[in-house]
Amino acid sequence: MTDGLGSFPGGLVLDGQKKRSTLTAIRKTPLSKKLILPLQQHIGEPSTPLVAVGDYVLKGQKIAKANGHVSACLHAPSSGTIVAIDDQPVPHPSGLSAPCVTIETDGEDRWIERQPIHDFTALTEHEVRQRLRDAGIVGLGGAGFPSYIKLNPGVHHHVDTLIINGAECEPYITCDDMIMRERAEGILDGVEIMRYALRVKHCVIAIEDNKPEAISAMEMALKQRPHIEDTIVTVIPTRYPTGSEKQLIQVVTNKQVPSHGLPIDIGIVCHNVGTTYAIGRAISHGEPLISRIVTVTGKDVKHAGNFETLFGTPMDELLAFCETQREPGQPFILGGPMMGYNLSGDHLPVTKTANCIIVGVDEPAPDIKPLPCIRCGECATACPVSLLPQQLYWHSRAKDLDKTREYNLFDCIECGCCSYVCPSKIPLVHYFRFAKTETMNQQQERAKSDVARIRHENRLARLELEKHEKELRHQQRKAALAASQANKENAEPSQSDSQEKK
Amino acid sequence: MFTAIVAITLMALIFGLLLGFASIHFKVEGDPIVEQIDKLLPQTQCGQCSFAGCRPYAEAIASGEADINRCPPGGEATIQALSDLLEVEVKPLDDECGVEKPKMLAVIDEDRCIGCTLCIQACPVDAILGAAKQMHTVIADECTGCELCLPPCPVDCIDMVETKPNPNTWRWPDPAHVDLKIGDQP
Ligand code: SF4
Ligand code: SF4
Ligand code: SF4
Ligand code: SF4
Repeated sequence: MTDGLGSFPGGLVLDGQKKRSTLTAIRKTPLSKKLILPLQQHIGEPSTPLVAVGDYVLKGQKIAKANGHVSACLHAPSSGTIVAIDDQPVPHPSGLSAPCVTIETDGEDRWIERQPIHDFTALTEHEVRQRLRDAGIVGLGGAGFPSYIKLNPGVHHHVDTLIINGAECEPYITCDDMIMRERAEGILDGVEIMRYALRVKHCVIAIEDNKPEAISAMEMALKQRPHIEDTIVTVIPTRYPTGSEKQLIQVVTNKQVPSHGLPIDIGIVCHNVGTTYAIGRAISHGEPLISRIVTVTGKDVKHAGNFETLFGTPMDELLAFCETQREPGQPFILGGPMMGYNLSGDHLPVTKTANCIIVGVDEPAPDIKPLPCIRCGECATACPVSLLPQQLYWHSRAKDLDKTREYNLFDCIECGCCSYVCPSKIPLVHYFRFAKTETMNQQQERAKSDVARIRHENRLARLELEKHEKELRHQQRKAALAASQANKENAEPSQSDSQEKK
Repeated sequence: MFTAIVAITLMALIFGLLLGFASIHFKVEGDPIVEQIDKLLPQTQCGQCSFAGCRPYAEAIASGEADINRCPPGGEATIQALSDLLEVEVKPLDDECGVEKPKMLAVIDEDRCIGCTLCIQACPVDAILGAAKQMHTVIADECTGCELCLPPCPVDCIDMVETKPNPNTWRWPDPAHVDLKIGDQP
């Protein structure tokens, strides 16, 4: 089962810390009085609201529509009244606010009429994608890229392999593990739909070997559906960051996605198991994406586990439900301990990409200041993308952004392996995130100033033109005046001339 | 006979106009160094450098007439970039020109606007919309924050507001300046 597997350079074997949150089944988070829904919970343009304050909405009703190609629709997670459309704090490392729709729920949880599709093959591939777009499905593994785009190979590509990513390599996070254990059937619904939309047969469900329950659940479910041909469960070694898309592809297929390239360029499409399940629900049950499974764990959480949570549920309510020892305002981690970030707001809503909340890590790193780099090269050995973190660090620190790009800064997946192994405890990833946002900002500013330059030049040209026109009118008037004078003089000798002029 | 004279004068004028227009539109790229300098300037077109826009300032720098530290909107970053390009010493911003401020955006109080169109005439990038006796409004995306529309307004109804950072324009702080606790994310 494991032969023919490839591998990637570097990486780490980490203590999983996954047991704590897998001892109980998935539970439902109680319905919150208020659901706060950011208009942007995905990569791309924010969605555009379709509702106004005071409107009554049903569970599953579309409340905001996708704005352009790379964008996603948003739906009401429960029935109630829209009470605000304004800026609210969102779960983002900046701690800033962004436009949100707030629903006051009425407790009835009344569904809008759903349209389940029992035979998706009656739809065209295009219709399947359109339904998934309408259902607001985005990648639930963390990035939040609109899924319907990744199910459209286009005319220039042929897909050989669909990989379902059940690796879940980052410590503490177990939402994918639990969904595979408990909802393997639903995942296979999604697999069938995706194989159809992508016109691909070969499908690999890749799971790390530290999840034996999930592996057997998926294998059992697959046996029940012999009609799904050429689809297998592949067990892969547990190593961080195997769950990262390009690394997983390297492990499963032994092929490498080119730098700046996409998996589709080498005939591969990769979707997370949670997304796959959501796709199944959207088509087979007509349910848009309104909830997700969130892992809540950490040493300060009494009832750690996985919670099916409606989007917009304030994280402090979820944490209260799990009985954490967190004080209001105390920071917690959103995402895993390697790639996540600290948040400290209290009413931050659960969004489509919120996979895990950690309150209290087991071995907090010692509180010491970073030391100078000793050029040991450990960071380069650990980097799964074969970058040179030490060089990137020097150039990021010196704000030499052009140089960081020469060293392929944008290939960095921010996995944190380099920071983790650095004996000098230099926060390398923080430097790379800094350099990335700095670069993107510079590019945005440059684009804006280019527009301003063009507008200014156009204005100067316009003013010049207006000046010419004015002069022209002036000349015309002068000519007309001269003409009428000439006319008067000519009027006596011959009448015919002035007649002719008319 | 007379019609012919008028026609010919008109034609001459139109050709002249066309030529004038063409000279602007199809102008040969000027001095490459001026272009390079102009590319580094923020294009706010505010005139704080005491020139009538960024390009004239770029020309003055290229000819050695003006120093590289006269552009407040560009601030330290622009001075640094100019010093790299021209291989001259970095200097602090000339405070006679102004101080570096956060980026601002003009907002017209549409209730008070009398529609006099004076601000439109002042805006260097045509970012204000409106017709005579109609209320005016600023296209936020195009406004460079130059403040040139403020003085002409007879009823003082234009305000400069700071552009609010949002999660998409936010930047990770420079780790060299923040006291990162180890174990902080990341
Ligand atoms: S964070 Fe970036 S540089 Fe560091 S190990 Fe991961 S991919 Fe390499
Ligand atoms: S691991 Fe740390 S100390 Fe070693 S080379 Fe990399 S940055 Fe320098
Ligand atoms: S001060 Fe700067 S932004 Fe303003 S006109 Fe001069 S060069 Fe342009
Ligand atoms: S100058 Fe003031 S009053 Fe006149 S159009 Fe502009 S904003 Fe309105």
